[in-house]
Amino acid sequence: MALTLKSITETTTEQDLQTKLAIAAAFVRKHTIASIYHAGSGHPGGALSSADILACLFGAELNFWPSAIDDPARDRFVLSKGHAAPALYAVAAHYGFCDAKAALRLRKLNSPFQGHPHVLDLPWVETSTGSLGQGFSVALGMAMGLKLQNIPARVYTLLGDGELQEGEVWEAAMCAAHHGLDNLCVIIDYNKLQSDNRNAAIMRLEPLAAKWRAFDWGIAEIDGHDIPEILSTLRRAGVTQGRPSVIIAHTVKGKGVKYMENVPAWHGSVKLTREQAEEALQSLGAGRGEIKDLLDGC
Amino acid sequence: MAAEAPALIGSNGDSLREAFGKTLSALADEFPKVVVLDADIAGGTGVHHFRKSHPERLLQFGIAEQNMMAAAGGLAATGLIPVVTTFAVFCLRAIEQARLSLAYARRNAKIVASHPGLDVGPDGGSAQALEDIAAFRAIPGMTVISPADPIEMALATRAILEFDGPVYMRTGRSPAKRLFGDDHRFEIGKGQIIRDGSDATIVACGVEVGRALEAAERLAGESLSVRVVNMPTIKPIDSELLARCAAETGAVVTAEDHNIHGGLGGAVAEALAATHPAPIEFVGVKDVFGASGEPDELAEHFGIGAGHIAEAVRRVIARKTARP
Repeated sequence: MALTLKSITETTTEQDLQTKLAIAAAFVRKHTIASIYHAGSGHPGGALSSADILACLFGAELNFWPSAIDDPARDRFVLSKGHAAPALYAVAAHYGFCDAKAALRLRKLNSPFQGHPHVLDLPWVETSTGSLGQGFSVALGMAMGLKLQNIPARVYTLLGDGELQEGEVWEAAMCAAHHGLDNLCVIIDYNKLQSDNRNAAIMRLEPLAAKWRAFDWGIAEIDGHDIPEILSTLRRAGVTQGRPSVIIAHTVKGKGVKYMENVPAWHGSVKLTREQAEEALQSLGAGRGEIKDLLDGC
Repeated sequence: MAAEAPALIGSNGDSLREAFGKTLSALADEFPKVVVLDADIAGGTGVHHFRKSHPERLLQFGIAEQNMMAAAGGLAATGLIPVVTTFAVFCLRAIEQARLSLAYARRNAKIVASHPGLDVGPDGGSAQALEDIAAFRAIPGMTVISPADPIEMALATRAILEFDGPVYMRTGRSPAKRLFGDDHRFEIGKGQIIRDGSDATIVACGVEVGRALEAAERLAGESLSVRVVNMPTIKPIDSELLARCAAETGAVVTAEDHNIHGGLGGAVAEALAATHPAPIEFVGVKDVFGASGEPDELAEHFGIGAGHIAEAVRRVIARKTARP
């Protein structure tokens, strides 16, 4: 029988939990850099910006465990911004869904860790993503299917901000509110940068909260790197009734790696030199031995 | 396993979409996991019958086909069997959702498209999907079906619900002739000889099957013996049957209400090139868009009428006999 969120929180103080989640987020960032270094390509910026959110989801919020990946009553997580796959693989490795060393074989032939997540390669991945907008719709379908079958599980999906430019996103936003899918929670990794430039220069998203409000969603705006705030907001979203919730998480693209922060060029798909990878890992607090393990061990 | 005909659903004159909608409604209790997705055209796709009998299982998505198509992937992921219904042209709009969220994820979801081909009629070129078979056939793992008459549509509807995997199936808008008897059988991946002959084989699907039979009848008056094959599954195509027909008659004509590129004709040509190459003539819309008109007028205007099929048979027999 799988552990429940309740049993975890009951046996852990809030302070301990936050410390554990911070460690998980650091692990995600370091493994993101290492796997992209080994792959010779990948999208570091939006993976690093989403690390704290992913750590909180997998480490505290999702009722989803390696021992019960087929449990119909599990909570579902869909990475709609599929290019943040390195971060998803890392957080899954940290929480025991896959082997951490294997997950460093990102984007390699015969590795299940494709450049974008694929449900048939990794059984704990809920659906294949990598075409923006679709993950949200699939998550919506899951939420609808769970409700139709009276399964009291929740569905979470992480969207990129650039992704919000897809028309399908607003089709889904309208649909989820119309059907009162209060078991659906969207989290937006709002790092303000997309592939080529700032959102504001490519296609303006603001006023973003007003857009979701107009679509009749429950809204929260938070600092997407503040673990206590992420946790408390996810918990509040978890008990919303009658309508879906969206969490607009303000983040920093490339968060944690000084030379990548807020620089559009690190959206991806980039090749990291040995020196860049070492500097990034140092910036993330990795020691000499850990850096060697991560960069030589694959 | 061949599907068995349900009690008479799809009587003579019923359109294929009506036959589909009535059958789906009749099968709903037997397939409790089936849910139907609608984008505000239940009256146009035939699923108004299902909405009437099982309103709680008709999921309304509004006029938003991309979201509907991908959401079907999520519904399937929870163990339901989603049936996505819309017009064939709007399936093309959501084809990338069908590719990634249904086929690539290998979901047990069905796409049932009404209003295919010139058969749409007066709505005109913008509404006539002449590319859908080609597009869906190119998606790995996607089964593509185009039944020919109401009874075959009823059988195919049961078959796709029993089948585990993504399916694209064409229905049709205009009143359809009853071509087959109550003993008709349908099996995914199988075609059948519905009229025997030795000089050439016409391979047809959908509304063209009736026209192919008419063409064969006309040619009989010219002492030409023409075989007609009904090929309701375009993918996977019945290569064995095609090879046998090509070997026995030495010439093949394909007939479809679709562009000549990439549809049934393409599938038959690919199969025969690999098994038993023979001269082939393609009856279909010749790489142009459709226009407004009545279905039979359009068939004549765009060269897919019974007379055009007969002409193609004469051409292919001439090519066969001219071979060194």
